[in-house]
This record gives sequence, structure tokens and C-alpha cells, in this order.
Amino acid sequence: MEQKLVALSGNEAVAYAFKQARPHVAAAFPITPQTEMMHKYAEFVANGESTTEMILVESEHSAMSAAIGSAAAGARTFTATSSAGFALMWEVVYIAASLRLPICMAMVNRALSGNINIHCDHSDSMGGRDAGWLHLFSENAQESYDNSIMAWRIAEHMDVRLPVMVNYDGFIISHTADALYMLPDDAAWKFIGKYNAAYTLLNPEKPITVGPLDLTDYYFEHKTSQMAAYEKAPAIIQQVSDEFADLTGRRYGFAEEYKLDDAEMVMVLLGSSAGTCKDVIDEYREKGVKVGLLKLRTFRPFPAAYLAKVLGGRKAVCVLDRSASFGGQGGPLFTETRSAMYGQQVPVHGYIYGLGGRDFDLRQAATVIENLKKVAAGGEIADINLLGVRL
Amino acid sequence: MAVNLKQLTQNEDLLAGGHRACAGCTGANILRQIMLTAGKDTVMGGATGCMEVITTIFPYTAWKTSFIHSAFENCAATISGVETAFRSLKKHGELPVQREKMNFIAFGGDGGTYDIGLQSLSGAMERGHNMLYVCYDNEAYMNTGIQRSSATPLGAHTSTAPAGSVKQGKEQNRKDLTKILVAHNIPYVAQTTPYHWKDLATKVEKALAADGPAFLNILMPCTVGWHFDPAIGMELAKEAADNNFWPLFEVENGVYTINHKPKDPGPVAEWMKKQGRFKHLFKPGNEHLLEASQAYVDSEWKKLLKLEAMTAE
Repeated sequence: MEQKLVALSGNEAVAYAFKQARPHVAAAFPITPQTEMMHKYAEFVANGESTTEMILVESEHSAMSAAIGSAAAGARTFTATSSAGFALMWEVVYIAASLRLPICMAMVNRALSGNINIHCDHSDSMGGRDAGWLHLFSENAQESYDNSIMAWRIAEHMDVRLPVMVNYDGFIISHTADALYMLPDDAAWKFIGKYNAAYTLLNPEKPITVGPLDLTDYYFEHKTSQMAAYEKAPAIIQQVSDEFADLTGRRYGFAEEYKLDDAEMVMVLLGSSAGTCKDVIDEYREKGVKVGLLKLRTFRPFPAAYLAKVLGGRKAVCVLDRSASFGGQGGPLFTETRSAMYGQQVPVHGYIYGLGGRDFDLRQAATVIENLKKVAAGGEIADINLLGVRL
Repeated sequence: MAVNLKQLTQNEDLLAGGHRACAGCTGANILRQIMLTAGKDTVMGGATGCMEVITTIFPYTAWKTSFIHSAFENCAATISGVETAFRSLKKHGELPVQREKMNFIAFGGDGGTYDIGLQSLSGAMERGHNMLYVCYDNEAYMNTGIQRSSATPLGAHTSTAPAGSVKQGKEQNRKDLTKILVAHNIPYVAQTTPYHWKDLATKVEKALAADGPAFLNILMPCTVGWHFDPAIGMELAKEAADNNFWPLFEVENGVYTINHKPKDPGPVAEWMKKQGRFKHLFKPGNEHLLEASQAYVDSEWKKLLKLEAMTAE
């Protein structure tokens, strides 16, 4: 497949990907750093490059609510948000998943208030990790674009029928011009295909009731059937990713395994910091240090069995969280990973880093590797450590 | 447009019997009346509240048209999404069955409309969706146990502003939501009650025919929250229009028309006396609250007359 090499910001790349899915409806409200993505989309519509109907709502709560109405009516629908905007959607984020509506959402990760901060961390999406959406993470503009193409196929698959959020780091990815390969429109459309809603509010000959009162006698069964979809999702994610690889040559799974084959020590993280780690890993590899990286792509569903397998037998594993879990046992990625490793004799420790957009630099990555070496040699380290903060 | 009673009685009843409204509830009656006029090509959206709870409980539904409920404060936004999906699917030739037009009706109680859903409602009206929003105004949060709302009238006893030895129920007048909607400069805004069936049907018809958003505020006497004999709900609805407590009027493209001008409105206190929520106001020492209630009704009525005169073509 001939693909065009272009230079775009992450926001622009995602706007293009969504446009190529030919959604019927988009609902959104501005919040930094998501804004540019919707600006770009609005330009497509204003110039006739897209026939999507946009609902320019008065809040994120209404953005998600309108998206729910649209998707329940049978329309392919997307929205986009960041940070406090996602927090304002909270209640309806759960409802979108519970109603099994395959909405796609660009989630431009940004710190939550307070204090108010517009820069990257993952506290926004992490707060919503149990809301029932599938969470895909991206390292750069290319992965943001690719995830935004694949998201539709995953969300709309009849075994899944769940909303998907494509996470990409605020400013670091959203506002940085990056080189990426884009599919031609017709190839993207052929891959994504037309959406066929299983149910619609718009057939008067076959009326449906959506969102009824659901009490002690049925609610639990409905939640159980919802849980079953997350069991099926991993196979669908892999199947769609494999088809995508056949088309583009870019291969995706639940994670990217960087120099893992013989690695004795492994760093686990999400998002754009992977690039920095890869650089430092390369340096250490030249010195003969067997260190590698596991960059997770799917945080929900959490690929626990996969992690247990890939990380099993290593001498030391550390997990880097770009969000805090106040009063908890480390960041969300750490607790999930360590739980996945339960019963194995692999020491797992964690870091909190990069909150509120604090730079994650080469020195921090090197510190992480030095600590991994100590632990691998039998040394001790705290469960939870901080990186790049003045103490 | 002329509403024909014979025709209305022959239309299919799209809200099935067996729903779980209280005996004497006038809200379910409002929904039935709306549906008789709106017909089958309609999508209904309900805010969390009495009418949502009584018409659906899994695995049952009283709705013979499509119905969606998602949350308390977002019914207008949700229906705006449904309406936009209709326009987009129609434009793309992808409707499940061909329809030139469908009706999109959102409804909520006064809590879901005057209070928590006001922003969502305002946004949807401003955006110009082809939808009707109906507020069934029973003047408090009845579904959660009769708490005060910004629609609760002065002096009414509610569970969060109760009449006690020091306080005498709600301490503020209700706000005028209908005029807030008029200020959105949408094509059609009106007030009515379920007693005035012809007025209600006419207004639903006009609202659905309007090119753009429309809003109906319908007073809904509530036997539980207002504390009256379940047999007299409709009577109270009638009297509220007769004593100017709840004037019947409509605003078409900014022009006010009062649909019912009572010759002898009589004191509002006579109407209040029939409702337990105002019982304490008739104790010695609370005369000033009855006077204040009357003064509010009188002053609002005068304003309405002026608005009608001012906007007359």
C-alpha cells in the first residue's frame, strides 16, 4: 500500500484519521490541548471535505450526552476532550459504555486541576479507567493516527460494541509536528468500512427503549454481560491490528516490545516517554546492559496474562506512571502490573513522573536504569519512587 | 391548525397502560396527550425523574415509540444528538426507514429543567435543533422526595424547605423559566396545563411544526407533593389558569398571545387552600405570605399583559 509521508501535529493527524472514517456526527467542546483537533475538523466541514454534522455544544457534559443520543440513533459518532473536560463528562462516560455505544473519542492527555495546569499527564484518562471504555495509548503522531483508524473497527465489532478512547499526550504529541505515513482516503475507508448500527431510535416501525430504570433484579446481569465484552475485546483488537499490519506494514498488539528478547531488566510505561527511554536503552545496550522497554498500547482491557508472560523470568521490572493515585499503592499502571505479576519471583517497583507536564528527560531515564541494575543485583528499592521532582 | 377531538380520540395511544404513575398523577396524562398529537414518527427523550421512572423499568416499557433516557441534566443535549443523527443519516441516505420528518421531544420535570438541566436546555435551544422540549412542572423534586426547586412557589412546604416553628416553607418566589426560554428567541414558546386539552394539543402541534426549537412549560399538579385528594388534580390545573397563577400563553416568533384571560381571577389563596403544601400559610401570623403570593401573581400577570400589548403586530 502506497502511503503518503506527511508532517502533521498529533491533533491534525487524529483529525485526518477521524475524517477518513466518515463519521455522521461529531460533538465537541473546546479544551486545551484538544482544541486544535476540532479546529482542524471544523475546517474540513467548512471546506466540504467532510460531511459530518457537528454539534458545537456548551459543555463537555453535553458533548458526551449528544454523542450518546447520536450513537443511540445509529450514527457513527466521535468526540474529543482533555483533562477537566473529561472529568465534567464523568457521569455520561459510564453511560456511553453501559449502553454499548461505539463512540470514538480523542483523549488528549492533560493534568487534572487543581491547581489548573494545561500540560501532559495521564491523570485524566486514568480517573476514568473503570468507566467501561477501551483505552488505547500512543507514543507519537503516527501511533495516534493509526489508533484513530483502528479504533472504529474495534469499537464497532459486534463482539465488542464499546466506546474507544485514543489517548495521546497533550502538547508533546498533540502540538508537535511529526512525520507520519497516512493512508489514502479510499484505502482508509475500505479498511474501516460502513457502520451498521444494531439498534436505532430512528425506526418508527421498530421502536426501542434505551436506558430504562434497571434495579436489583436485572442490573447485575447487565453489568455481567458488559464485562464479557472486555473478555472478547483483546482478540478483536489483535485481529484488527493484524489486518492493519497487512495493509500498512505497521504492526501493533497490546504493547510494543523494545529490545525485550534477552532483557534482564524491563521498564513498563505508556505514551510519549517511550521515545526518551528507547534512546537511553540504546546507550546502555552499547555498554552491554540488558535492558528493554514494554510500552503498553492497551490499558483497557488490561492485558494481564500477556504481561505476566512477557515480564516473567526477568531480574527486575519497573513501572512508570504519569499519574498519581493519592493514598493508593502507587500509580494505576504499577498496581495493575504488579497484580498481573502476582506469584512470580520478579521484583516490581514503581515511579511517579512527569506530573503537570514536567519534562521526562534522558537523565531520569538513566536513573531508572541504574536503579533497575541495583535491584537486579539483589539491592533494595522503595515500592514507589519519584522522578524529576524537587524534594 | 385546528385540533379535532374526534380525531385525537381515534389516534393510537402511544403510552401503554400499566405504567407505574401514582393514582391521580397528571404527568402521565400530559405524556399521553402529547403522544396523541405527535404520533408514531417520534423519538422521546426523558430526563431522570418521575415520568422516566414510571414509564420504564427493565424489562418493561410503556413507550410504543422509541425512547431514550441517559441522565438527569442532559435530556436536551441527548435529544439534540438524536436529532442531529437524523439529519446526518438523512443527508447521507442512510436512514433505516425513509422519513422526511420526525419529531424529537425531550421532557423533564422542573428539577431537570429549571435547575440541573438548564445549561443543557439553553445550549440545545441556542443551537437551533428541530426539537421540542417539554417541562412538566410539578414545582419540586417529586421523584427524589419533594425537595424544593427553583420552580417551587413562595411558602410551599417541601422536604428541604419545610414549614417549621421558625421557617414557613420556601422563602423565595419561583423563577420564570418560560421567559428565559423566550429570551432564546426561538420560534415557539408556550405554557399550558393538562386540563386544557385543546390548548395543549394545539400547542404541541404548533411546537412540532415550528422551524427550529420549541419549548412547552406544562403545570403538573402532583397529588403526592402538593398534598391534595388524587381526584382533583385536573381541577387544580384548571384553577391555576383561572386565577392567573399559571397563565396560558404562547410566544410565536417573539409575539405574545395570552390564550385565556380570566374575567374574575379571584384570590390565589382559594386555590392554595386545597393543597396541603400551603396549609401552614393559613395559620394566624402568616397572612403576609398569602399577600406576597397574591402580589407576585398579580405583578407577573400585569407584566404579561404589557408584553402582549408591546409585541402585538
